[in-house]
Amino acid sequence: MLDAGQPCLEVRNLVVEFPNRHGTLTALNDVSLTIQPGEILGVVGESGAGKSMTGAAILGLLERPGHIAGGEILLTGRRIDSLGDREMEQVRGREIGAIFQDPLTSLNPLFTVGAQLSETIRQHGQGITRAQTRARAIELLREVGIPGPAERIDHYPHQFSGGMRQRVVIALALAANPRLIIADEPTTALDVSIQAQITGLLRRLCKDHGTAVMLVTHDMGVIAETADRVAVMYAGRVVEVGPVEQVLKTPAHPYTRGLMASIPALGARVEKLHQIDGSMPRLNAIPVGCAFNPRCKSAGPRCYRERPDLVPSSAGEAACWLYEGGVE
Amino acid sequence: MLVFIIKKLLNAALVMLAVSFLAFLIFQLAGDPVDMMSTEQSTQADRDALRERLGLNDNFFVQYLRFVANAAQGNFGISYRNGQEVLGLIAERFPATMELVIVATILSLLIGLPLGVLTAIKRGTWYSEALQFGSIIGVSLPSFVVGILLILVFSVTLGLLPAFGRGDVVQLGWWSTGFLTQSGLTALILPSISLSLYQVTLIMRLVRAEMLEVMRSDYVKFARARGIPRHRIYFRHALRNCLMPVVTLTAMNIGTLIAFALITETVFQWPGMGMLFIQAVTFIDIPVMAAYLCIVAFIFVLLNTMVDISYAMIDPRLRNAK
Repeated sequence: MLDAGQPCLEVRNLVVEFPNRHGTLTALNDVSLTIQPGEILGVVGESGAGKSMTGAAILGLLERPGHIAGGEILLTGRRIDSLGDREMEQVRGREIGAIFQDPLTSLNPLFTVGAQLSETIRQHGQGITRAQTRARAIELLREVGIPGPAERIDHYPHQFSGGMRQRVVIALALAANPRLIIADEPTTALDVSIQAQITGLLRRLCKDHGTAVMLVTHDMGVIAETADRVAVMYAGRVVEVGPVEQVLKTPAHPYTRGLMASIPALGARVEKLHQIDGSMPRLNAIPVGCAFNPRCKSAGPRCYRERPDLVPSSAGEAACWLYEGGVE
Repeated sequence: MLVFIIKKLLNAALVMLAVSFLAFLIFQLAGDPVDMMSTEQSTQADRDALRERLGLNDNFFVQYLRFVANAAQGNFGISYRNGQEVLGLIAERFPATMELVIVATILSLLIGLPLGVLTAIKRGTWYSEALQFGSIIGVSLPSFVVGILLILVFSVTLGLLPAFGRGDVVQLGWWSTGFLTQSGLTALILPSISLSLYQVTLIMRLVRAEMLEVMRSDYVKFARARGIPRHRIYFRHALRNCLMPVVTLTAMNIGTLIAFALITETVFQWPGMGMLFIQAVTFIDIPVMAAYLCIVAFIFVLLNTMVDISYAMIDPRLRNAK
């Protein structure tokens, strides 16, 4: 088994680049993350901040011409970013499961859910018989809370509702008992009432199986309910990371503070919703120094010159000069 | 499923009724058949007798009903040109055309499908781009030019393959087949290539476009994320999702091929229905033209109905469609 303290996933200084006609876009710039076995790490940020990109890079499913230009990814101590496609097929599904945003389109419409489950189970289990595969598939469906699994296994995806389909997707992600699941916006496409069920299910299953989860979402509520720790991403970098209560209650980075302030409290009537002025810079126009400097109320001269790295802060770690010698 | 099939069959019957009406109109619009059939020596009494015999004194509606009733039983009357049963004439020519069309269709699938998959999954490689470029030539060259070029190269210059005719045929009941003799098979090569070239490129381009589309879909990405090997994703998950338009195109094109075989048949002097039709047009042989129209339309409708039913077999979502 794993030695104590060996992280399940370790991403070190990951750089992902997209070369194009006008030069090279740096989509991920020096991203570092660790996830302990059984831990749920929430990754939040606006669209385009690089959260899904980080997940795709870990799975080795970056869309071309995107590629890893630097850093390394270690799964239980083993480098996986340099593996070939064949070897990655052994890692995907078996060691890292994935759940994508839209359950309506994640399943192949032409095959029964049983066929898709069996395919995954057999892919990752050598010498398993047809009957065992089917039994395991039914067991998985039962585990994710699909009523009448023995019957439902022969149904096609279109015969399931959105929430039920996402349960099937979760069953597929869990099929080979991976150590890590990358869940990319798993509840975004679902009704609010279903969302809570799915996050609850995800959390319970991962605790039962000891599976670590990287939960990518832009929904702070989902993070608050589900995650153990949270990493906040902005313009291709991690700007703050720490235990979920602390980051949510006492955010250190000005961006996280702005993000928290923009969530309206339930029941409180406000004249004007809080928002962070401006918008996240495009990848081809990231300012020198701290990428957040044009929108930051605390920015000083130093923020326009030098890029801050993650340093210990009030809530874990933050990449802000406020916590490393000031902004002057 | 049964309701679905019955509905489709009813649709097909309606379309056939409409087509038969059009075919019937040819008779009405192409002048007086009595004039065409009688000679200069015929008396007015002969002409009246003929008119009565052909039922031309009945009103329009009765005539149409009689035409449909006869056609449904395969009776399309007698050729004006040589006085033979029209159905017999067509039945004699039908196997030649069908064998040509079947071989061309099989060729286009056997070559077009793998090439389409290859150019999609190897996009950007030199051979994929070369095939893609070459396919533009295939799409844009008219089939008679292809036929003439093939004859020039393989028959005239190299002397390898026959330039015209069907070779020796073997009679299997009423069906004459060229599949069983060597000369019959060699005679098939050039016409079927010439007829299928356009289809090959069409299917290749269609499969390529569909594959590229499907490869971007979430379920393919998700299948990759589940660790399903690439080849399995290409040929199981992606290709099957591309088959729907391919089935449609292929089936619809069998009809088009039969119609276009006319040109290939003329170039290669292939004794099929197309040749028969061309001859019928030159002689204003209306019963043959009408019968040809009805039969080609019937094949179209039959194929379309089969396509609709096969959709339901490929895509489970359509099975319970109301």
